[in-house]
Amino acid sequence: MNISSSLYGIATLGYIFAMIAYISYLAFRKDTIGKIATGITLLSFISHTVAFALRWYEGYAEGLRAFWRPPISNLYESLIFFVWCLILGYLIIEFKYKNRSFGAFITPVAALALAFIEMSGMSKQIEPLVPALQSNWLLAHVTMSFISYSMFALAFGTGLMYLIEKTEDRKEPAYIFWTVSIGVLLVLLIAMGLDYLKFHVVATTPELAKAYLFKATFNSPSTAVSALSWIGALVVIFLVWRFGYVLRNIIVSFRLDTRILDELTYKIIAIGFPIFTLGGLIFGAIWADQAWGVYWSWDPKETWSLITWFVYAFYLHARLMRGWRGKKVAVVAVVGFVTVVFTYLGVNLLLSGLHSYGSLK
Amino acid sequence: MEKEKKSFIDRLWDFFASIKLAIVLFALIASTSIVGTVIEQNASPEKNLKVLSRLIGPDLAPSAYRLLDSLGFMDMYHSWWFVTFLVLFAVNLIICSIDRLPRIWKLATEPIKPINTDRIPSFPIKKEIVLKGTPEGVRDKVMSVFKSLGLKPANSPVEGGGFQLYSQKGGWTRLGVYITHLSILVIMIGAVIGIFFGFHGYLNLPEGYTSSVAYDRKTGKAHELGFSVRCDDFDVEFYGMSEMPKDYRSWLTVIENGREVLRKVIEVNEPLRYKGYIFYQSSYGMMPNIKQGILILKVTGPNGKTETVTKRIGESFTIPGTNIVGTIKDFSPALATDSSGRTYTYSNMMNNPAAKIEFSKNGTPLYSGWILKRFPRTWNLPDGNRVEMVDFWGVQYTGLQVRKDPGVWLVYLGCVIMAFGLYSAFFMNHKKLWALVRTDGKNNTIVTFMGTANKGRQHFANKVEDAISKLITKSKEV
Repeated sequence: MNISSSLYGIATLGYIFAMIAYISYLAFRKDTIGKIATGITLLSFISHTVAFALRWYEGYAEGLRAFWRPPISNLYESLIFFVWCLILGYLIIEFKYKNRSFGAFITPVAALALAFIEMSGMSKQIEPLVPALQSNWLLAHVTMSFISYSMFALAFGTGLMYLIEKTEDRKEPAYIFWTVSIGVLLVLLIAMGLDYLKFHVVATTPELAKAYLFKATFNSPSTAVSALSWIGALVVIFLVWRFGYVLRNIIVSFRLDTRILDELTYKIIAIGFPIFTLGGLIFGAIWADQAWGVYWSWDPKETWSLITWFVYAFYLHARLMRGWRGKKVAVVAVVGFVTVVFTYLGVNLLLSGLHSYGSLK
Repeated sequence: MEKEKKSFIDRLWDFFASIKLAIVLFALIASTSIVGTVIEQNASPEKNLKVLSRLIGPDLAPSAYRLLDSLGFMDMYHSWWFVTFLVLFAVNLIICSIDRLPRIWKLATEPIKPINTDRIPSFPIKKEIVLKGTPEGVRDKVMSVFKSLGLKPANSPVEGGGFQLYSQKGGWTRLGVYITHLSILVIMIGAVIGIFFGFHGYLNLPEGYTSSVAYDRKTGKAHELGFSVRCDDFDVEFYGMSEMPKDYRSWLTVIENGREVLRKVIEVNEPLRYKGYIFYQSSYGMMPNIKQGILILKVTGPNGKTETVTKRIGESFTIPGTNIVGTIKDFSPALATDSSGRTYTYSNMMNNPAAKIEFSKNGTPLYSGWILKRFPRTWNLPDGNRVEMVDFWGVQYTGLQVRKDPGVWLVYLGCVIMAFGLYSAFFMNHKKLWALVRTDGKNNTIVTFMGTANKGRQHFANKVEDAISKLITKSKEV
């Protein structure tokens, strides 16, 4: 254990406590709790920043990387950087809009991402850069991608809050949409948690993590376990749907202005979209062109980035040109972030797993 | 009601000019693209059958495969229907932009007019202040508000005494959306040119070999380059003593009409360009005739003189200044020792090249052992002489991607245009500001600031507010 990973550990724990604090603040509406939540987030963020700087220095000091290569070159480092951008973005919004309730939606995303690191048991080693990754275009590409991802995560938070606050009827499509989304999120988290409890000893490399993903539940060799998992998943989603109004009542009691949420979602996407286009798509294409001589090859990662781009282009055109407001666009903002997560993690874990299924055995 | 009889052309135009079509196309392209990420493109049928049977079960997989195959999903991004989507997308983009451009062009280029003081319209930004002095006396102060916002105001008199200043900035940023749309078209044109007039292939070139052709990526057919490329050397560098490659490089020479015209060391992310062709370092490998390479050594004798020696396996050399003869007995591309001290080759790639050399003096054996390229301490012989292993040449090939794409500069140009377009569309705005400067009939002047912005209005309002409050504090100091 070196210092930077212990500092990351502190930050992870901090964000989980912050999440609890923000949710209790939402539930009890005590200003002191809110201040504590902000305090914990700030401290964790500082620890996180120092850890990032240290890891950067370590990579350089051990001769594994040049000085101008920040630690954002594998799944572990990129997740950490994503959370860093996300929390920074959130803190800016909290101070600008003087509103904390939003934290209850962002800190879970941060905690989820960091918990995912622990549960999947991915490698935390500082790895030397393979030749293809030694490119400044790649550096710009990765940095800007993650800044835009964290923007989209923020828009996901505001969009989801908007939906929760605006839906009353359980049969309403928008209500069903957000309860099912949260339900699926919960199911994934629980499934990964069970994987961790059952297999954490062996899953120490990304390849193993891939092989063990959902092995405790949906992909279990035992048909009974796998069938039970699917039933359990449906039950969880049903419960969220049935009792979603509890969450709604809490958020409504906060008297957040829904117009501000709608506006904020739009503004964040309007910042994230150009950054994503430039950094995610264009710089990525230029890098591929420089490294392999192909700027676009329709590989799953590229295609999913394009899908993400189309979803947010859809959002902007629907809103700006067709005048869509409120629930309709909020749904698009939530769907957009789902595609972001899939572009980032799903392509690596699920699709490549599907394609290399035989080779893992 | 005149619109009932629209011509076919008009209706077609309306269809392509609609944002609805754009939104439907976004959704169609995005959702169908997903299929192509699940089904591996241009892969062997067995591979995708396996994927399908994992998704929907082995019973349904074969018929699902046949169905998807007949719809072109095995190479869907080049299928007729996906290309149709993309063409529709391009046409929609063009017609949509042309349809809306005149109105936006007017908004963007129209000069700002003074306000009609009889019927002052309402403005999102409105602020009134009272200054001491005549309207002419406060002119410079009001001007300073405009200047601090980067605006150069025009001036016109107001009936009943006084004047008004007005200015606008960033009108062209209204065109940002169109610049972005244009850039997408430029990129698409570049891509189409690349598809029709480009070449994409590969070339595996062994050390010492020359080729005047490259091979097409899909068909494998030879393609004349019009010049030749020779690989002089290839080398892999590792991180420390690890097996992780840090860099791989090829020393290439371009030969045209029998003359060497260009030499370059290429590595990943650092290609060679010549006459529109680009050679990218992409892979490497070993030739089958591994024992036929040439060993390059630097041999230093007791007098300190160093000689470079190039020999094949089985050949001998003499250490300068002595009569010690070294005979090359064996070569291993990746030498390792097991727990009992026996040597073996752990990989068929050049991960740890080593040569076994036997030394003898006047026919009597002296000593023998392995000399390793990556371990300089093995170069020192027991008697103080030194044999440095430089390379084992002629057994590796460099894997090159070869591309010629006459459309790529358009793609890059499109990217630059897009960066401008996006920046102006999302981060800049069109601001307008008026200041009505009128006397109140006594010794004071009433200044009314009115402004608007097409986006980021709050930000502009704050800046106007700041500039005005600075003006007020300044006039108090005087």
